[in-house]
Amino acid sequence: MNLTLKVWRQKSVHDDGLIETYQAKDIPIEASFLEMLDIVNQRIIIDGGEPIHFDYDCREGICGQCSLTINGIPHSKERGVTACQLHMRKFKDGDTIWIEPFRAKAFPLQRDLMVDRSAFDRIIAAGGFIDVRTGSAQDANNLPVAKTRADSAMDAAACIGCGACVAACKNASAMLFVSAKAAHLNLLPQGAPEKDKRVLGMVRQMDAEGFGNCTNLYECEAVCPKEISTENIARLNRDYAVALAKEATV
Amino acid sequence: MSSSTCSICHFWQSSIGKKIVVALTGAYLVFFLAGHLVGNMLIYQSSEAFNHYAEFLHTMLHGWGIWIFRIIMLVALVLHIIATIQLTAANRAARPRRYQREATMVAPRSSRMMIWSGLTVLVFFVFHILHYTVRVQSDLQVLADFKQNWAMTIAGFQNLLVVLFYILAMALLCSHLSHGVGSIFQTLGLRTKKTAKGIQLFSKAYSLIIFVGFISIPISVYFFGMGKKEMEATKAKVEAAVQAGLTELPEQDNAH
Repeated sequence: MNLTLKVWRQKSVHDDGLIETYQAKDIPIEASFLEMLDIVNQRIIIDGGEPIHFDYDCREGICGQCSLTINGIPHSKERGVTACQLHMRKFKDGDTIWIEPFRAKAFPLQRDLMVDRSAFDRIIAAGGFIDVRTGSAQDANNLPVAKTRADSAMDAAACIGCGACVAACKNASAMLFVSAKAAHLNLLPQGAPEKDKRVLGMVRQMDAEGFGNCTNLYECEAVCPKEISTENIARLNRDYAVALAKEATV
Repeated sequence: MSSSTCSICHFWQSSIGKKIVVALTGAYLVFFLAGHLVGNMLIYQSSEAFNHYAEFLHTMLHGWGIWIFRIIMLVALVLHIIATIQLTAANRAARPRRYQREATMVAPRSSRMMIWSGLTVLVFFVFHILHYTVRVQSDLQVLADFKQNWAMTIAGFQNLLVVLFYILAMALLCSHLSHGVGSIFQTLGLRTKKTAKGIQLFSKAYSLIIFVGFISIPISVYFFGMGKKEMEATKAKVEAAVQAGLTELPEQDNAH
């Protein structure tokens, strides 16, 4: 298949950047989106140009490294996939595809399609962990956890921290990420004792990083490759209010 | 004291805290709209019922009631507006460089223009207060002085521009509420996977009821001539009373 690519090129943080057009000819439909970019890059290198820089790692949808906004939607409009798991058969011959980085003030652009997402690491460092060793796996049923609760925690834990939620949010809010990371610990007995401290720490770090505010548009949930529910955001809102009230009074 | 004062600062300065302020003040305004609509519906019952209701509002709690309500309303409105403007400014700043090609997956247009629908409703709110509460139009003021609120309302809707602006504002209010009502639940942490659909339906139904309910009055009055004869008769009586130097209508007229 033959495609026209409109790709964001930017040499550095300080550079202005612009959209450049590339013709991607003879792309096999079984190629993944990143393989398509590999093919295009190979040709750019042969022609003596600078290849398009983009982030990737596992290429099997679990590491959260790919950060492409495809036709205005992070990881493309296909539901529940990362860009590396997107295949060219989802496009039509002759399509024009816009490829841009994840855009947010808190994700400073490094080069072309690569952004610095270490703001997420700092949010995790502000409370997204358990302070003490919780030991190795216990005997079954030694520590009772309701099935529904375990399921909710597991669903939240599926977050791979790719940042598509931020990129898709009209306000560049990180609430889906933060709420998922808080929920997967808060819901379980090992994480529950530090719930208030965790929620306050993570939310404050999130605000300090310059992410926007959630306005309940649910775009994050729609693009999330792991289909994390915005139910977690409601839970975080509630937990934050309670934690703040406790901090002020207890 | 210092720690709790600081907590209020923390609450206001945090993204979630400010959103909770928006949700709580929004909830108050939503309840107010429902009450306002129910009161307005008395316009269809009779002039007497409507005037009686207006009288009740102005005299409840020895006249304090309406002022308590107005002050809470003003505080809620000011907090709602300041918080949302600050949040919107922060949201714009959070993405200094926009996408060259923008796309949206699920968010309806109404949810993405909250600040504009809200500000239009604010302009309408100011107009509405000047129109029916402050009554800058002298003929409406005279009718109100004679406790003829029903006739005053009908008289106020004899102007096409007023009616059109009213309908436009209510359409934007409907748009604002269709996202806002559901958002109250999410922001206060009351929305779950199981209740999400129900909340969305409630939000849409509520905003539609508010829209249809409110616009039905100016439409009935202007386009279908509802109450015009009675309003003109009342106006004539009031004018005669003014000529005669009276401060209220003679008893027999008030009785019916």
